Amino acid sequence: MSTATETIEGFVKKEYKYGFVTDVETESAPPGLNEDIIRLISGKKNEPQFMLDWRLKSFRHWLTMKEPAWPHLKYPPIDFQDAVYYSAPKKHGSGPKSLDEVDPKLLETYEKLGIPLKERERLAGVAVDAVFDSVSVGTTFKEKLAEKGIIFCAFSEAVQNHPELVMKYLGSVVPYTDNFYAALNSAVFSDGSFCYIPKGVRCPMELSTYFRINAANTGQFERTLIVADEGASVSYLEGCTAPMRDEHQLHAAVVELIALDNAQIKYSTVQNWYPGDAEGKGGIYNFVTKRAICKGKNSRVSWTQVETGSAITWKYPSCILLGDNSVGEFYSVAVTNNYQQADTGTKMVHIGRNTRSTIVSKGISAGHGQNSYRGLVKMQKTATNARNFSQCDSLLLGNKCGAHTFPYIEVKNSTARIEHEASTSKIGEDQIFYCNQRGLSTQDAVNMIVNGFCKEVFRELPMEFAVEAQKLLGVSLEGSVG
Amino acid sequence: MSNQPILEVKNLNAGVEGKKILKGINLTINPGEVHAVMGPNGSGKSTLAAVLAGREGYEVTDGQVLYCGKDLLDMDPEERAREGLFLAFQYPVEIPGVNSTYFLKAALNEVRKHRGLPELDAIEFLNLVKDKMKLLELKEDLLRRSVNEGFSGGEKKRNEIFQMAVLEPKLSVLDETDSGLDIDALKIVSQGVNRLRSKDNAQLVITHYQRLLNYIVPDFVHVLFDGRILRTGDKTLALELEERGYDWIIKPEAAAR
Repeated sequence: MSTATETIEGFVKKEYKYGFVTDVETESAPPGLNEDIIRLISGKKNEPQFMLDWRLKSFRHWLTMKEPAWPHLKYPPIDFQDAVYYSAPKKHGSGPKSLDEVDPKLLETYEKLGIPLKERERLAGVAVDAVFDSVSVGTTFKEKLAEKGIIFCAFSEAVQNHPELVMKYLGSVVPYTDNFYAALNSAVFSDGSFCYIPKGVRCPMELSTYFRINAANTGQFERTLIVADEGASVSYLEGCTAPMRDEHQLHAAVVELIALDNAQIKYSTVQNWYPGDAEGKGGIYNFVTKRAICKGKNSRVSWTQVETGSAITWKYPSCILLGDNSVGEFYSVAVTNNYQQADTGTKMVHIGRNTRSTIVSKGISAGHGQNSYRGLVKMQKTATNARNFSQCDSLLLGNKCGAHTFPYIEVKNSTARIEHEASTSKIGEDQIFYCNQRGLSTQDAVNMIVNGFCKEVFRELPMEFAVEAQKLLGVSLEGSVG
Repeated sequence: MSNQPILEVKNLNAGVEGKKILKGINLTINPGEVHAVMGPNGSGKSTLAAVLAGREGYEVTDGQVLYCGKDLLDMDPEERAREGLFLAFQYPVEIPGVNSTYFLKAALNEVRKHRGLPELDAIEFLNLVKDKMKLLELKEDLLRRSVNEGFSGGEKKRNEIFQMAVLEPKLSVLDETDSGLDIDALKIVSQGVNRLRSKDNAQLVITHYQRLLNYIVPDFVHVLFDGRILRTGDKTLALELEERGYDWIIKPEAAAR
């Protein structure tokens, strides 16, 4: 008979079921980073001059920057000259014109991940852009969306077909000077998703991007740009997985959201990058800059994230609340197990009048995991009657993990109101035994307690993904029970 | 089948971290019986309850426990529960974020699955629960709250008996259910327990005070001291203990050793 302590520790031994590698011929740049590599990436993508100029400016700026040292994270120094900055499945001829021409091995990969791209088996009601290593391999439901004037395509395609939109909005929320990883991304990003919802259009289906890292020793740098024009609304989901590899891999993405007058964007993430093994070997370093601007009045942006993967997570999906009466929301569940570390949270910058923000953060630590919430709530002078409510809860499983909270509050307007609540709790052996004594298995008991802890966040996810997230959490904390 | 004892404890020796606490307990409980175990602090009452329920950290060094003829000590705690052994906790545990209804429905369905009964859906479950709530005079809003979170001491104890009423166990072990209860709550809890008595189930009532036994009248009273049952009698033994204390039983025993 196993003891409750053993079983809690047993949850450390989770299995990662997306750890397979796809055997495709790739075309890669040599390792290292210099202006030639950037010219190569830009050239591969046949980019207009303005893009190359922007990349080079970003790169030159990046050279002057240092990695941030303030996060509560420990990892050996990263040799940025050691990574490969461009890798793509080899194209035959001029490249696929439609999904029918995509390498069957790639389609198979996405099928294995539960994301069928083929016309007949596509997920009903969800349009998917699939990004494999450095490139987008295909986007579903494009034509159907185009009927409504919605542009949903690979970033590289947007650069070719809608350069005016890209020029106008790229870097407008996250400038290349913003931070070390954003500058790096701006210099070398290879692809990603682009989305534009025209005036007054409600996007009729969920849009989603599915990111997959495959090649070894390759960094993935993608860029997502979503613009919701006046009165438009869209719900967007992002998912990510990677093979199990012994070395760490770098992922540095940038996401920019722009909401104009009365527009709404709901951005949900289920992040399941390979977290490394039970000894902390391997796993993705996830350094991501996500930021939204509620540019127009009455606009609304909602970030929901379920973070279960990555060896290291460094990410603060933020909202700049510029428009009067605009609303920003952040709902987060972050799980760290084994030797995973997460330093995550949000920034809510209130500039407009009557702006409101809500932050609900749930951190779960197990094994030797270290979980930090870091959040900034800033009320500018102009933010009359602005309000914020923050709630940060931490749940500990076992006694070798840690939870940390770093809230920052800056208020420059006396009519602004801020509320902050925080709690830390532990799944105790007492709770497990109590559940056992009522007939529930230890696994069910832990799932029940963890799901109860996260329900305020799961409620915010689109229906089908909420179910997915619950399952994922079960797997993340699954172990050899009994 | 009905002649088989529900519980047979034979020469049970158990302890915590190498410290011996139970030193040869013998106890047989038949269907339809109510047994009370009394004794001063530190005599091993709660250890007995913990060992029966399979709480981790308690080590059985000798002896045997048969539950309806099966080896109880060989079962996981959840298996014991599904087989119909219920422990009303001395200190019921709070589980924040887990809705009481959801919790109890999951528990009941585990038990039903084990018994080969179909699982109840939400509506069937709520109907069942409403009847049982009346029995313990519990307010319905309690079902919408998290398990035991923010409950008063009395509410927690009543909630334990309420769960017992829903799960319909074969053997209920009540571990100091009377502690921390005022007289009104004590009456409600006892009434609940008494209503659940039947010729097919049994109850083991662990208590410090005779007071509870005015309401839950036992068939047998056992005096536990230093890990052994020193004396067994009927309900009059409890009254005698109330009057004379434990010394008249304990002292001669101690002198004899």
